Amino acid sequence: MDTGQSKREFRYVGTRPNRPDGVDKVTGRAQYGADMTAPGMLTGAILRSPHAHARIISIDTTAAEAIAGVRAVITGKDFVRLDDEFTRDVQENCMAREAALYDGHAVAAVAATTPVIAKAALAAIKVEYETLPHVTDVDAAMKIDAPVVLAGRALETVPAGMSQNVTNACEFGHGDLDAGFAKADLVIERSFKTAATHQGYIEPHACLASVTTDGKADLWCCTQGQFFVRTLCSDIMGMEASQLRVTASEIGGGFGGKTTVFIEPVALALSRKSGRPVKIVMTRDEVFRATGPTVSSSMDIRIGMTKDGRITAGEATLRYSGGAYPCGTVEMGAQAAFAAYDLEAVRTYGLNALTNRPKEAAYRAPGAPQAIYAVESIVDELCQKLSLDPLAVRLQNAAKKGTLSSYGPTFNDIGLVATLEAATNHPHYNAPLGPNQGRGLSCGFWFNFGGNTCVSLNINTDGTVGVTEGNPDIGGSRASISLMAAEELGIPYESIRTIIADTNSLGYNDVTDGSRVTFSVGLATIKAARDAIGKMTSRAAQYWGIDADAVKWVDGSAVPAGSNAGKFPPLTLAEIAAMSPQTGGPIAGHHEVNVDGAGVSFGVHLVDVEVDPETGFTKVLRYTVFQDAGKAVQPDYVEGQMQGGAVQGIGWALNEEYIYGEDGRLQNPGFLDYRIPVSSDLPNIETVILEIPNPGHPYGVRGVGETPIVPPLAAIANAVSRATGVRLTELPMSPPRILKAMKG
Amino acid sequence: MRYFSAQSAEAASEALVSEPGNARLLAGGTDLLVQMKSGNLNVDLVVDIKNIPGIRDITAEDNGFRIGAAVAGAELGEHADVCALWPGVVEAARLIGSIQVQGRCTMAGNLCNGSPAGDSVPALVAANAIVRIEGPEGSRDCSVLDIPAGPGRTTLKKGEILTSIFLPARPANSADAYLRFIPRTEMDIAVASAAVNLTLDESGTVTSARVALGAVAPKVLLVDDAAKAIIGTKLDDAALAALSKACEAACNPIDDKRGTVAFRTSTAGVLARRAALIAYDRAGESK
Amino acid sequence: MKSMHISTTINGDPVEFICDPGEPLLDVLRNRLGLTGAKEGCGTGDCGACSVTVNGRLVCSCLVLGAEVEGVEISTIEGMANDDQLHPLQRAFIDGAAFQCGVCTPGILVAAKALLEKNASPSDEEVRFWLAGNLCRCTGYDKIIAAVQVAAAEMRGA
Repeated sequence: MDTGQSKREFRYVGTRPNRPDGVDKVTGRAQYGADMTAPGMLTGAILRSPHAHARIISIDTTAAEAIAGVRAVITGKDFVRLDDEFTRDVQENCMAREAALYDGHAVAAVAATTPVIAKAALAAIKVEYETLPHVTDVDAAMKIDAPVVLAGRALETVPAGMSQNVTNACEFGHGDLDAGFAKADLVIERSFKTAATHQGYIEPHACLASVTTDGKADLWCCTQGQFFVRTLCSDIMGMEASQLRVTASEIGGGFGGKTTVFIEPVALALSRKSGRPVKIVMTRDEVFRATGPTVSSSMDIRIGMTKDGRITAGEATLRYSGGAYPCGTVEMGAQAAFAAYDLEAVRTYGLNALTNRPKEAAYRAPGAPQAIYAVESIVDELCQKLSLDPLAVRLQNAAKKGTLSSYGPTFNDIGLVATLEAATNHPHYNAPLGPNQGRGLSCGFWFNFGGNTCVSLNINTDGTVGVTEGNPDIGGSRASISLMAAEELGIPYESIRTIIADTNSLGYNDVTDGSRVTFSVGLATIKAARDAIGKMTSRAAQYWGIDADAVKWVDGSAVPAGSNAGKFPPLTLAEIAAMSPQTGGPIAGHHEVNVDGAGVSFGVHLVDVEVDPETGFTKVLRYTVFQDAGKAVQPDYVEGQMQGGAVQGIGWALNEEYIYGEDGRLQNPGFLDYRIPVSSDLPNIETVILEIPNPGHPYGVRGVGETPIVPPLAAIANAVSRATGVRLTELPMSPPRILKAMKG
Repeated sequence: MRYFSAQSAEAASEALVSEPGNARLLAGGTDLLVQMKSGNLNVDLVVDIKNIPGIRDITAEDNGFRIGAAVAGAELGEHADVCALWPGVVEAARLIGSIQVQGRCTMAGNLCNGSPAGDSVPALVAANAIVRIEGPEGSRDCSVLDIPAGPGRTTLKKGEILTSIFLPARPANSADAYLRFIPRTEMDIAVASAAVNLTLDESGTVTSARVALGAVAPKVLLVDDAAKAIIGTKLDDAALAALSKACEAACNPIDDKRGTVAFRTSTAGVLARRAALIAYDRAGESK
Repeated sequence: MKSMHISTTINGDPVEFICDPGEPLLDVLRNRLGLTGAKEGCGTGDCGACSVTVNGRLVCSCLVLGAEVEGVEISTIEGMANDDQLHPLQRAFIDGAAFQCGVCTPGILVAAKALLEKNASPSDEEVRFWLAGNLCRCTGYDKIIAAVQVAAAEMRGA
């Protein structure tokens, strides 16, 4: 490895300054989705299907419209049927047209002068349904005679003869599986299931839409991507992009779940119809019933190993369901399943089936936690049965630079070996365990994205700098972006303020997803700073009367490049900025790019648990996260991602699940019975950051946000299995399930 | 909907009686407001009882403590004498909800909500607490055990208000304990629960006991066979096994999103055994 | 349904408002008084994002009716800083990166302040159990617990 980056000394990057939005957020001043108001604003509210699957025969809104204070009522008929399937699915998920496809599916909406009137109006809408047979389980949905959720949506890759619910199919891998399994001393094959889980952001979806009679519109919403919201909403509403300005509010968590729209087109349609601004804020019940959970999954895994620990072959069949609309998430699961291993023979197959559940939305490393949970469970069992050290086996088989990955590409510089070695050498790994306790570990992986990115960097005449970027700050990214600008420009972090632009103020930026922001926006910021530096050195050259080539940028100042260039005292950024009106006008740097080169990220989690043998209650005793961050720009927020992701994964492993009744209705649409971890459930989450620079970024940065949710599922499952002596193959491992397994 | 802040129990009772629609009492509101929010409950009149004189007081009487119906869990937990006398009742009341919910929730509300899983109810039953009820026909006292009628239902008649809960004084070497099972460490509804209240003689033998179970039947259970299993013993292994078995035999739970029949049944037995041991240790230390 | 007229005190200021009889205090604060620091994460007392104190007692403002607060003293996140001086907890949360999205932060700060007023030297476990009613989905709670302890130490020294 020779990227030169490992030797680089950073002045600002890697420090832990306070975030620019800190004071607003500790004083209650920060404005989130539900905090915006507008003069004359109406309250929007949505009527939702109580049925898992039903044809909408008629909707009578006359009584609702007659209520004083009701200003607009809409149904699916108020939206144009779109030709593009992707956008049509999004629209119909926001408001059903012919049929309600899941419990909670929106069927009508009202705008009224008060919340109380809006609620009364919803109650006055009469919907006549014809209930249809439903299916909520992925395996049941795959059966040939299963109720069909949507017909005719299978992609060409789906083999003939399957249930009409099967929409997506994929296959990845290389090598000769039969030969590989023949070389194994032990082959284990098991089936696994994982429940759908929800992102569980604390802020429900909220938006405020204002459409004027001349066709212009403003939309304020909590989103991970205001530009994508504009694309979807302008397509759904039949508007030109330039006429719809979308502003991202502060966002109260997203984790992937706010990368699409649910209420925004509804608010726009209500505003257009009523001629007034309309605010919609979801209740928690609506968030659970109608916004994106993850896929639910059913998986068959087979892995062979020699008695000295070499994995000879791996095979996985993944059956995912992304709810009532086609979903390609299984492809990411099928690609990620064996990514941690250097294998001669590996094959993964993926299928997606429709079910009468809400449409899947991305959740932190979508598709990967499920598949890797199943693979890492079997690897652990193989180690256990062959009496091999589970970390040593993973090191022995670890993917590294030059490995042909299980999903096709050959890896460049990656940090898996370094993280495994760090785990091996950590005191946690050899700490003693007590009775009913077990230690588990798992590798995790995520691809990381780059994508469309655009940054403006303005040099103010007083020597300070404004950075304008287009990705909502979901975990402290404004601090990281400011740090990278400070590093490149050579001025203090405090002299820079980074803001998030609305859709009219900057070119298109992809959604805040794929752990792309610190990497991609950081890269574009560095390049925008270099653009500005080029202009500033030109101004200095002009001032000194020398060639622009003869000026370089050192520690925040323009200086002559060498003794031949002339002897001039350095011109600081502030000095160049101050004289900019006299030297040609304002100075700004820009960079627009579709970023490539996001380095993949690996992590290893170690966990100790204690299981109560009489109740099946699992207590997490100790937890350590090891992860390659490439370069940790603001280490506090890297640690925060590692800790937060780990805890979401712990919740997934132990208690979180979508529970459907026989009637196909969601039984736990609230934080009481959808049990996300509370503070008293957890130990400290120790973090160890490794820095193996990503060659695709000027500072070596990799995305870090998603990988940490991947390992906990198997790490906890392996720890529970070792504590109890029985293998658990279904998530969540709730106490009744564990107790039942222990009692055989 | 209308809101009425009653200044006396009589006024509250009269408001309930004269309301033709759906009238509900408001003490802590931690169940009522949730039900109103869910949209499943349309309320025409809310009668706030917190401003009735004395209803937020804990009063020492000759033979015990009277806990006003609007005393919040947090306030109960700050009363040292009640904590010393009835540690199991207090720990049960303190398990209801979060610290925030504790600032409002009441044992009386927990009881009148009628949930079989209410945390304070088994402990109150084990304690043989007596409730005072004011109504159109005057005042009456009855056992806590007689209040629940089934999930979400009580035996209170229209216009009746539970105004206080009386925790009796008791002999030396007595104590109680309450345990519940939840999947997390906080913030859940009990999947199964057990309260044990017992008195020891000088030798450490159990001379009297009451064992109550929650969340394992349509309403709280007082399990006489479980008490009999430990009376006359020093909680040796055989007595504890018999206690668990008697509790399991009494269970009549449902399968739902929170737990299975098998899980609730076995866990009730485990919790009763563990609670008995805690109560036993406490009784040995108490004077 | 007739609105009610309520006089109360919020963050030391006399306040009057009208509200529906069934309207939660949270909605009054947010929609009628412009105090949007308290957040609605659930509306059912499960998340703690709407935490305020009423007469010094920590409560979820979604589980209190506006009609009930006649003549009481309410404290919200907006009243936590002393003019331009942040409370030690607020500073510790910024310095310790104890939030990511920040939407749970107002509720957690109000709850943590109530804890430290009751117990100046809580153990980590006591902090964790006290804050169990305040859900955070971003941080895994680690840095929150640490920040509360930093503020507690500072307040003990002060």
